[in-house]
Amino acid sequence: RVRFSFCSPLPRALPSCHTQLFIVARLDTMVKVTSIEQALKGTLSKGKTAPKKASKTPSFYPADDAKFPLKRAAVVKNQTKLRASITPGTILILLAGHFKGKRVIFLRQLDSGLLLVCGPYGVNGVPVKRVNQCYVIATSTKIDVAGVDTKKFDDKYFKKPSKDRSKKSETDFFEEKTEKKELPASYVADNKALDAAIAPKVAAVPHLAGFMATKFTLKSGDRPHEMKF
Amino acid sequence: PCTARLFFGAPDVPARSFNSTMPFTRNIELGRVCLVNLACDPLYGKLVTIVDFVDMNRVLVDAPGITRCVISLRRLAVTSLVVDLNETRSPSKAVLTAAVKAADVDGKWAASAWGKKLARQAARKNLSDFDRYKVMVARTKRKALIAKALA
Repeated sequence: RVRFSFCSPLPRALPSCHTQLFIVARLDTMVKVTSIEQALKGTLSKGKTAPKKASKTPSFYPADDAKFPLKRAAVVKNQTKLRASITPGTILILLAGHFKGKRVIFLRQLDSGLLLVCGPYGVNGVPVKRVNQCYVIATSTKIDVAGVDTKKFDDKYFKKPSKDRSKKSETDFFEEKTEKKELPASYVADNKALDAAIAPKVAAVPHLAGFMATKFTLKSGDRPHEMKF
Repeated sequence: PCTARLFFGAPDVPARSFNSTMPFTRNIELGRVCLVNLACDPLYGKLVTIVDFVDMNRVLVDAPGITRCVISLRRLAVTSLVVDLNETRSPSKAVLTAAVKAADVDGKWAASAWGKKLARQAARKNLSDFDRYKVMVARTKRKALIAKALA
């Protein structure tokens, strides 16, 4: 039987023969029902678009309302947010990796979000490399790197060639690798060119070259949370 | 308060403090300059002048850059500087500013050992990483010169 709980209550003491007439008379007060199945499912409230069912009566009625996914805003992928203290030319202190403690110059942010930094190599032995801003302290010391060309250094430049993971033979496995890994000549040349562009700017500021060559260390009495960088 | 030197080279302090036999010279009085010494107080580090008294523990203080307010004496460190307010309690802001300027509170404070010490501490705290390096270089050079002179 159809539920009429959403209608105004029917008058009491109604003989059963008149119930059918009342159903017809009360149609204008009811929300329009397209099918009895929809009424049973309880999807009569405005705004909901229930999925359309086949005209034949289904043998199974789910106990709960059919769930459908909500609309989501299109995912916007922004560039990694760079700390306000990190601007091109800022001197950073590396906190992790082989060069931890070294003071390097920030050049620009790459598309991957990583920071492009260099020693320069001639000053402190740090070549042009990528670094995550999480592992870096930004100092307040800055130099002007406006004219330096860093377009050729992108994420592809630093991507390591994929390892050959094909199955090796037993002889290959026990073979001792004696060949020395050589740096590609282009890499060395690129570093030299970058050095030539940046080193004069470092030399222009008194004591800066010595500062960049020195590592950052914590000594007795240093309180990093109270220190200004 | 009239100032009279007891002997050549004596500090300029109110004459009444020499009349008394007490060793205490920094009295809580009208015009006394104090340093707000409690870190959590909004006036921390400021030099204020006592302009009136509330009770045994609290005074009304004022300074050219701040709003006049009541502060506990426990939050103040009394200095040896006094501003001449002509014995009038709660002078107007203009009168106070003129009196503070006449007494040259800022100049005297900067020249005092206490003022210099605080300035030195603030300078050291605000050193950047590069500044710390330059200080280290200067100290090393100085040590080398001293060692050479003593050798």
